[in-house]
Amino acid sequence: MKYSIPQKELLNPGHLACQGCGGALALRLVLKTLGENTILTFPACCWSVIDGPFPYSSVKVPLFHTAFETAAITAAGIKAGVKKVEKEYVHAVAWAGDGGTYDIGIQALSGAAERNDDIFYFVYDNEAYMNTGVQRSSATPKGAWTTTTPTTFPKSENKKDLDAIVAAHNVPYQATACVSYPEDLTKKLEKAVKIRGFKFFHILAPCPPGWKTNPEDTIKLGRMAVESGIFPLYEIENGEKYTINMPSPKKELKPVNEYLLKQGRFRHLKENDIKEIQDNVNRRWEKLKRLAGV
Amino acid sequence: MSEQKVIMGNHALSYGAVTSRVQVIAAYPITPQTQVVELLSEMCADGTLDAEFIKVESEHSAMAACIGASAAGARAFTATSAQGLALMHEMLHWAVGARLPIVMGNINRSMAPPWTIWSEQTDSLSQRDTGWLQIYASSNQEVYDSVLIAYKVAENEKVSLPVMIILDAFFLSHTSENVTLIDQKDADRYLKPYNPKYKLNIKDPHTFGGLTTPDWYMELRYKIEKAMEDSIEVIKEAQKEFKEMFGREYGLVETYKCEDAETILVAVATAASTSKQVIDELRAKGEKVGLLRIRFFRPFPYEDVRNCLKNAKKAIVLDRNLSPGAGGIVFQEVKSALYNEPIKPKIYGYIAGLGGRDITVDTIYKLFEDAKKSEPADIKWMEVKL
Repeated sequence: MKYSIPQKELLNPGHLACQGCGGALALRLVLKTLGENTILTFPACCWSVIDGPFPYSSVKVPLFHTAFETAAITAAGIKAGVKKVEKEYVHAVAWAGDGGTYDIGIQALSGAAERNDDIFYFVYDNEAYMNTGVQRSSATPKGAWTTTTPTTFPKSENKKDLDAIVAAHNVPYQATACVSYPEDLTKKLEKAVKIRGFKFFHILAPCPPGWKTNPEDTIKLGRMAVESGIFPLYEIENGEKYTINMPSPKKELKPVNEYLLKQGRFRHLKENDIKEIQDNVNRRWEKLKRLAGV
Repeated sequence: MSEQKVIMGNHALSYGAVTSRVQVIAAYPITPQTQVVELLSEMCADGTLDAEFIKVESEHSAMAACIGASAAGARAFTATSAQGLALMHEMLHWAVGARLPIVMGNINRSMAPPWTIWSEQTDSLSQRDTGWLQIYASSNQEVYDSVLIAYKVAENEKVSLPVMIILDAFFLSHTSENVTLIDQKDADRYLKPYNPKYKLNIKDPHTFGGLTTPDWYMELRYKIEKAMEDSIEVIKEAQKEFKEMFGREYGLVETYKCEDAETILVAVATAASTSKQVIDELRAKGEKVGLLRIRFFRPFPYEDVRNCLKNAKKAIVLDRNLSPGAGGIVFQEVKSALYNEPIKPKIYGYIAGLGGRDITVDTIYKLFEDAKKSEPADIKWMEVKL
């Protein structure tokens, strides 16, 4: 059966995203399913700029810009306020980048997850501080170039396993998703809107200027990340029940080198470096399969 | 019916929040504030107060939660102290820039290191430039009453700014006094439900706080300053109405025996209450002394301060705070308020009672004695053991 995504558009054209921005597409897709019954809050991130300078705004739902480290708690505050004032259900949505989630915002994120606040938390992950001009975050993968990890000394640490950290809070629902798979994202959102409590989405959002890729390759790169197992798509319910959506656990993963070599940020990598990344991906994939019981 | 209760200052703050029908509370524990939120937690749990209580993981998040709730149109409350207030600093600016009428209690505590939990005003005075209105209370009744007044002022469309109610650690926070609680029906007549013109509303979507270029940022700051200036009339009106309904009178400042005074002590909070006894005793000896207690530090009550001090020969400012390199903070502001006056008193700046050291009747005697025989100076230290 073919699965379709909603026609509704709650993001206006004319926003300020770069060409091929995965983060802009991610929000467009998410708003299609969440609908008008949504209040957004953005901490400092690319979307602080993308939305457009005052007096313009690109989103057709209420939006509150907040401080860098406060996405989760601002959404929780909005949720509590609306509950007392309007006495009706709205989706309170924290929409943050990887820096605002993995690094500076992780305390507030952990607090909201532990309290099981009835909010959506989305991280659109472009794997570095892109809004300030490509500095490494703890979401930047090992071996990547950024302006603070030059090619002569690329990032030497692995990407933080944030999904495992969130899972350790036993939240009702969490999922990974990618802008290259809108139907998968939509299905997961439709499931999540029925759940009360903390809902966490980790969306891979390729970034042409930060990854040094061609804008027209954004969708292709997302697919390659998923098919190679670098960014598998899966769901976790109550911190325990793992379901792998893509790639198929029964098939062999595609090799990582094609994905890596298509990006300027990895172009300096030697054969040995790529082998190490491949081994690490394989190890993580086996672990995920074990958790999912396949 | 109004009710008499013997309660500590912290609970006066809690009861003030209850009588103000706050809708969202977000708070984090810190000595000496903790009892404020403990009582509110109990009241939320047993249904006395119909509010959402978010038990946050930090003070920074406490203020961010209040900001989110207030932006959604709810009446939001929190309380903190010292390190907690400092951690909130970024969000204090955010509440002001977003024009949100949040009310917060701050229990004055000195800043670490070294670790300390005792009273001093440097924590709240170092937030003076954030744009919060600041009320320094000197009794538990004043703490309680100020919560209602604070919401009434903050939520006035001409103001739309947050208010901090400040009480001295232990001298008020943990000291029990008789407090008259206002009957809820009367309180509801005084303080109407919060109904802001702009809020996060799915039926009328707007964006708040988006990127603003130099073309407009300055105008938004101008409007904040204007709101602060306009708040003076709003405060006077709110306090007049309060007196008419409940009989208790408050000003931007409190003056005590100042009419013909030649030497006037300027102080805030509980040190001001203590000094009244000294003033009475010195008056009995024929000395023309008086007290100016600053209740609102923001907006700074320039007019009241000038009117009170301009005919005095000497003004003595007592600061339980320190801006290293510039002395007492209240002193600096009082001095600058007088600068353009054609006739003005000599002005003395005294630092006393830091880190919760007692400011006793004796301390205040010494201060008057010193000012009588010495020349004015910007910074004079009282009772330092070095």
